[in-house]
Order: sequence, then structure tokens, then C-alpha cells
Amino acid sequence: MADINFKLIKNPLSKENPITVQVLGICSALAVTAKLEPAVVMSLSVIAVVVLSNLIVSLLRKTIPSRIRIIVQLVIVSLLVILVDQVLKAFVYEVSKQLSVFVGLIITNCIVMGRLEAFAMSNKPFDSVLDGIGNGLGYSVILITVGFIRELFGSGTLWGYPIIPQSFYEMGYQNNSLMIMPPMALIIVGIIIWIQRSRNKDLCEN
Amino acid sequence: MFSNRYIFIYATVLVVFSALILTLAAVGLKPFQDKNIRVEKMQQLLGAVGVESDAKNAEELFNKYFTEQHAVNSKGEIIGSVVNGKQVKGDINPFALDIKKEMALVKANNPSASLPIYIFEKDGKKSYVVPVNGNGLWGGIWGNIAFAEDLNTIVGVNFDHKSETPGLGAEIATTSFQDQFKGKTIFDGDDFKSVEVIKRADKNNPHQVDAISGGTITSNGVSKMLQNCLKYYIPYFNSLKN
Repeated sequence: MADINFKLIKNPLSKENPITVQVLGICSALAVTAKLEPAVVMSLSVIAVVVLSNLIVSLLRKTIPSRIRIIVQLVIVSLLVILVDQVLKAFVYEVSKQLSVFVGLIITNCIVMGRLEAFAMSNKPFDSVLDGIGNGLGYSVILITVGFIRELFGSGTLWGYPIIPQSFYEMGYQNNSLMIMPPMALIIVGIIIWIQRSRNKDLCEN
Repeated sequence: MFSNRYIFIYATVLVVFSALILTLAAVGLKPFQDKNIRVEKMQQLLGAVGVESDAKNAEELFNKYFTEQHAVNSKGEIIGSVVNGKQVKGDINPFALDIKKEMALVKANNPSASLPIYIFEKDGKKSYVVPVNGNGLWGGIWGNIAFAEDLNTIVGVNFDHKSETPGLGAEIATTSFQDQFKGKTIFDGDDFKSVEVIKRADKNNPHQVDAISGGTITSNGVSKMLQNCLKYYIPYFNSLKN
């Protein structure tokens, strides 16, 4: 208990990354990354949900009947997601409008359920929290990277502020509308996976 | 192994407990959420006439500039008025009207329909702001259209949406899209022409603005919304003109 197991935080950031290695949560990665700001808020919401649900499930793990464990996990995740949604609506209304349905869809984000099933059901609460933080961050890193690239090249802005100078547009530069389209998120994630695997041969399948 | 009895009780307790927490959260946070919605409506109305506001000063600015608010029926008769925050006619508070519901009523020729009109006054000049409501690609879209005193020229618009695609349809909520509407007119002589959102619009045509590339269905939704909603305000506009 006293030793913080840093591997639990570090591994999901690189060689056990939920998006690029476990290929979970792709759906939301493509839906909320057209702009940077929603990507960041979505990341924070997912971190909050995955950490808290990991904690609660881990605390309850010995009492949960295995036959209904998936439903129990789902109830806990839904409860947390609805709470997050209500809190966003009450205190950061602008952002909650941007995320609209995607906050609700955290319920179906495979990362959350995946971590509960794979980790929290069989590990102590403290380790589960670390695992939640790690996986939440691993998800965020990819989401924010994709959001950064898509907003910069798709809209010429970052966080809503214009980055590409007006003179570029006058010289004939154009924003790439393909960047805003959902398929581009998949292509960028694909490129990230490619770079990661070419640097880390352990991840390659034979 | 757990017995069936245990599983049954476990599930029941868990669900009831969760429901309790959610109820508490919903009730506790409702006042904050309602206030956000009220303030947002005020900000959108202010946005249509080009007054910048944030969540803190919206209420104050709204009460300062929107001194007259009316509810009109489909014949253009005023059936409820609030002036300087006081109900002076009828018992309908225009600000409390749900535009989505009222538009559905007026389209069904229901005589009880009443549409809100907000009159903005600054430096002796009046603008008439009317709300509109329609559908985009994924969900509802809505907005406010501000007209100059001639009740023909648009001085500003403001659109918002429930769940249009970020970067595509959602661009209707940006100023670069909305600014195109400034100076456009909805009448050609006495004929109602509305303003159309189309690809490769002619900049000099007073009834056209450029659509959003990749957001065709949302752009068409805006066209339809203007066409379908503004016409119900024409009787009131005519009664003011005469």
C-alpha cells in the first residue's frame, strides 16, 4: 500500500496505451477531437469517471456477485457519468454544450468498462486509482494530440485563437477541411500507432 | 458463489441507492442549471443585436436594453407585454415562452400560439428581435434575428444548435457565418423572400448567404428555419408598418 506503483501510471501512457495499443475508446476519439477545447474537457471527464469508478468497483469487488458484475459496473459508471454531466451543466455550461451527447457516451467508452473488468475487479483500491489515472492520462494524451493536429490544420486555430497568420491565407494557403471530418481522426490515430510501433518493436505482432 | 437471494437484494439496493444520489444531484443542481439557461437566452438575444456580454453581466445588460417585450398571436395582435420589467398587458410573459412549443402550435394553426418579440433600444434606435427554431442534421437549431426599424433589413443574427458536428454544421454558431447576414433583407418590395443559405452565394444578392462547406444539411436547415418561422411574424410587422 505504501509504495506507489508507478508502472500503473506509466505503462498506459506508452506501451499499454488504451487507444493506440489496446484500441479502446476509438469512437469518442474521433467524435470530440475536431477542436482542442472539447478534447481537453472530454479527457478530464473521462479521467474523473475512470478513476472514481475504478475506486468504487475495487472497494466493492468482494461483494459483487460475478453473475451480475457487468450490470453492477454499468450502473456505477452510469451514475458517475450522469453526475459529471449534471455538474458540467451547472457550473461550466458553455463547455457542456460543446460536448453535448459525448459526455453521456462516456458510459459506453470501452476504456472505463475495460479497466473495471480487467483491473479493478481483482486489485486493491489504491492500485485501481493509479490504474485509472494512468489509463485516463493515456487516453487524454492521444485525444489532445489528435485535437491539436485537427484544429491547427483544419481550422487554423488553437483553443479558438487564430494561429495561422492571415498572410498565409492571402498567399493561397487553405484550411484542410478533410481534417475536420471524422475519418481524419482515424488516420491520425493510425499514424500515431505507426510511429509508436516503429519505435517500440515489442508492440509489433508477428 | 452468491445465492440468488443475495444477488437480488444486492441489485435492488444498488439501483435504489444510485437513484437516490441522482435525484439529490438533479434537485440540488437544478437552480444553477436553470439560471444558466436563462442567462444563455439573454446572451443570445444580446448577441443578435451585437452587444457583447458574458455570463456575469448578461442579465443587467438585457434589462437595460430590452425594455419592451411582446407576445403576439398569428394575426399580429399583441396579447401580452412586458415593459421595463412590468407586465402591462395580458398575462403572458414573452421571455418565458418556449419558442419550440409556440412554433409547433402556430404551424398547426392553433389560435393559442403566441410568439415573442423583443424590442432593443439603444441611442434612440430600435431593433426588433425575433426568435426562430428549426432542425439541423443531428438535432434542433435555433436563433434570434434582429431587424432594423424598417422591419426588413437584418442588423444581426445569432444561431445556436443542440448537437451539430463540431467544425462543420456547428460553424453556424460562429460570428464569421453570422456576420454574413448583416444588411440582408427579407422582403423584395412587398414579397417575403427570406434569406437563403446556399453554396456559392452571390454576395450582392440581398437574399443569399454562403453555406458552410461540409455542413450542407445544417445550412439547409437554417434556410428552412428562416423561411418557416419569419413568415409568422409578418402580420405583426405589417401592423407596425401601417
